[in-house]
Amino acid sequence: MNLKLHVWRQANATAAGTFATYDAKGVSEHMSFLEMIDMVNEGLEGKGEEPIAFESDCREGICGTCGFMVNGHAHGHKERTTVCQLHMREFKDGDELWIEPWRAAAFPVIKDLVVDRSALDRIIQAGGYISVRTGQAQDANALPVNKNDADRAFDAATCIGCGACVAACPNAAAMLFTGAKVTHLGLLPQGQAERYERADKMVTQMEKEDFGHCSNFGDCSVACPKGISIDVIATMNRDFLMAQAQLRHE
Amino acid sequence: MELKTNINAAPGTHISKMWDEHRFNTKLVNPANKRKYTVIVVGSGLAGASAAASLGELGYNVMNFCFHDTPRRAHSIAAQGGINAAKNYANDGDSIWRLFYDTVKGGDFRSREANVYRLAQVSVNIIDQAVAQGVPFAREYGGLLDTRSFGGAQLSRTFYARGQTGQQLLLGAYQALEKNIADGTVKMFPRHEMLDLVVVDGHAKGIIARDLVSGAIKSYGADAVCVATGGYSNVFYLSTNAINCNVTATWRASKRGALFANPCYTQIHPTCIPVSGDNQSKLTLMSESLRNDGRVWAPKNTADAWNAGAGKVGRGPNDIAEGDRDYFLERRYPSFGNLVPRDIASRAAKRAADDGQGVAYGGRGVYLDFKDSINRLGKAKVAERYGNLFEMYERITGVSPFEAPMMIYPAPHYTMGGLWVDYNLQSTIPGLFVLGEANFSDHGANRLGASALMQGLADGYFVIPYTIGGYLAAQKPTNANNSGAAFKDAETATGDRLKRLLNVKGKRSADSFHRELGLLMWDKCGMARTREGLTEALAKVPELRDRFWKEVSVPGSESGLNQSLEKAGRVADFLEFAETMLIDALDREESCGGHFREEYQDEGGEAARNDEKFAYAAAWEYTGVGNKPRLHKEALDFTYVKPAKRSYT
Repeated sequence: MNLKLHVWRQANATAAGTFATYDAKGVSEHMSFLEMIDMVNEGLEGKGEEPIAFESDCREGICGTCGFMVNGHAHGHKERTTVCQLHMREFKDGDELWIEPWRAAAFPVIKDLVVDRSALDRIIQAGGYISVRTGQAQDANALPVNKNDADRAFDAATCIGCGACVAACPNAAAMLFTGAKVTHLGLLPQGQAERYERADKMVTQMEKEDFGHCSNFGDCSVACPKGISIDVIATMNRDFLMAQAQLRHE
Repeated sequence: MELKTNINAAPGTHISKMWDEHRFNTKLVNPANKRKYTVIVVGSGLAGASAAASLGELGYNVMNFCFHDTPRRAHSIAAQGGINAAKNYANDGDSIWRLFYDTVKGGDFRSREANVYRLAQVSVNIIDQAVAQGVPFAREYGGLLDTRSFGGAQLSRTFYARGQTGQQLLLGAYQALEKNIADGTVKMFPRHEMLDLVVVDGHAKGIIARDLVSGAIKSYGADAVCVATGGYSNVFYLSTNAINCNVTATWRASKRGALFANPCYTQIHPTCIPVSGDNQSKLTLMSESLRNDGRVWAPKNTADAWNAGAGKVGRGPNDIAEGDRDYFLERRYPSFGNLVPRDIASRAAKRAADDGQGVAYGGRGVYLDFKDSINRLGKAKVAERYGNLFEMYERITGVSPFEAPMMIYPAPHYTMGGLWVDYNLQSTIPGLFVLGEANFSDHGANRLGASALMQGLADGYFVIPYTIGGYLAAQKPTNANNSGAAFKDAETATGDRLKRLLNVKGKRSADSFHRELGLLMWDKCGMARTREGLTEALAKVPELRDRFWKEVSVPGSESGLNQSLEKAGRVADFLEFAETMLIDALDREESCGGHFREEYQDEGGEAARNDEKFAYAAAWEYTGVGNKPRLHKEALDFTYVKPAKRSYT
């Protein structure tokens, strides 16, 4: 099939960006979306032109490196799929595609489709962990975990940190990302000691970065390639509230 | 050069006491002095992140480099199946000794016994540590940890987190790392690629790294350097590795004097999704755990086989009667059946395809069928075990494994070879330590399933924190000094090389050369190797390298983000490294583990080892691009596990 691509090109963080148009010819339905762009890029490189900069690594939907908007959808229109796992059989001959980087104040563009997502790391640094130094652990089976809690914690832990939730949110909020980690660790017995303090610190850091607030649109959860439920935001809000009560008490 | 293992234990010490005695005899660094030492850790996967976090906790001043935008992206994240540990929670007879035995045997008697024993020993601590971090391993209804049997093991010692064990373990290590970054004990350098190792007076004292966003090339000084940059499967271009995985850091260290051991030991994973066309950028692995409940087969009659590339239609899998299916693993290996180790399963699939029984594009595929399990266990139970893998398969191929069998074919997956290290994980350059897949020692010629995660974390959490102290205690702190001629020269050489790449101004992308190299290596140095094939490839690689340096097109400049330049640099290194790999494969005139030389097989077509001549680790010394590297041998003795023919029938 043949496609027309309108791709956001921006030389660096401070340059002005613009859409450039490319023809993608002879695309096979078996290709992934990124392989389709690889093909366009190889053509550009052969002509000595700079290829479209975009990030990817594992290309199997687990590392969270890739991600951009395709026709206004984070990772494209297919549910629960990263753009590296989006295959061209989802498109048809003659389609016109608009490809843009994640749009969020907290994710400044570095080049073309590459954005800086380090704000997400800083949220984890603020408290997205259980404090246990190497060697301090007790026997793994010393602490039974209710299977239901373990399963729910796991659902939250599947976040790949790609940033699609932020890009899809009209407010560019990072509530789903932050809520997922708060929920994962807060549901486990190991995570209880720091539970409320963790929620407080992570939410505070999230607000320091340029993320917006949640207004319950739910677009984050729809865009999430791992299908993380919006429930994690409610859990985080509850733990954050508990933290405020606790802090006042102290 | 004599390759000493440097095990600091009295001669005759029993292997089960060796690590304790070695640790006791290893010098300690006074807690107050630790902050005076700077350690560079390159890579942030399981080995790198766990090392950086653990060294930071001990009080060292750590600098951690990764080329990703965040340390959480490292390729460890893609490991699916699980992590082994000798916990014996299943009460099925497991022990440290048995895990040690299985790993030595699984490695086809080409690993170092003492390292393997230590690995089995610390395996139990890894699970404890990960659980304490909040890694959500699978649990039973009583709330305790669940285990399963996995790839070649006859007992249930594999801990798992759905099909995402690597991701969850990496996030555990990543979170520990981020905590240390917040505490100021680790300084993180994301989007920085190591391009050279700096050696001062024979000791590793720093690295040259390029800031991938600004393009700036800078020197970083330290008292020791740990390289944990993974393996080199991408020498084959198509592999299950992430597309940015590369050999650059280890190859540059090798060019600075670290010996590269056993580069020909590569692991081909039996259960990957077959190639679907010529533009494919990578291959996707389907967890080996699928073989627990899936049965591997190919059409018995070649008329039923099909080949999408050649337009051969054959017959759909659901239309092939039970009697017309060849369950070739169960047929050839009745006691292990579908659970034979990876190398054996891979070669059996290749043989089926070579015999014309293959399916998929190019006839390079076989079936993995869940029909019987679905009938026996019910769809819900199968979905609980493999749901996310089935979804992943359907997303890629458009076919649901609930409706039709999966198609699978072997693909390069892991490399057992790597920089040679002693018992301290120290390379032949003092002060350069090598961790995880980047080193060579623990898996011998073949790695067992669920052992890579174990080794990466063992090295990072429980080995390097002790052994690095023994080295540092004897060194005067350099205060991270990054000046001096060695740094300056390396920095200049790195910059010049990038300029050379940019100035070729040819017409071909680096990827196109990478693809050409990959096809050649897969064809001549892949699942089966011959003297003729290797000799032919050895003639072709230098010629390809020459063409690369004349014809490659690297647009853009050295300043700012330039992915073409990053790629070209990595391909240039693969083009040098490939030659050493071929030489090693040619030199090893036997078949062992993942290294299968067609000339050396028994009457049943299985690998024939030659213990008399080849019971050594081959460590290659770089002697210049295009020159034959110099071979050094580390003799391997097997005091505790007597070499026997690996038999899985």
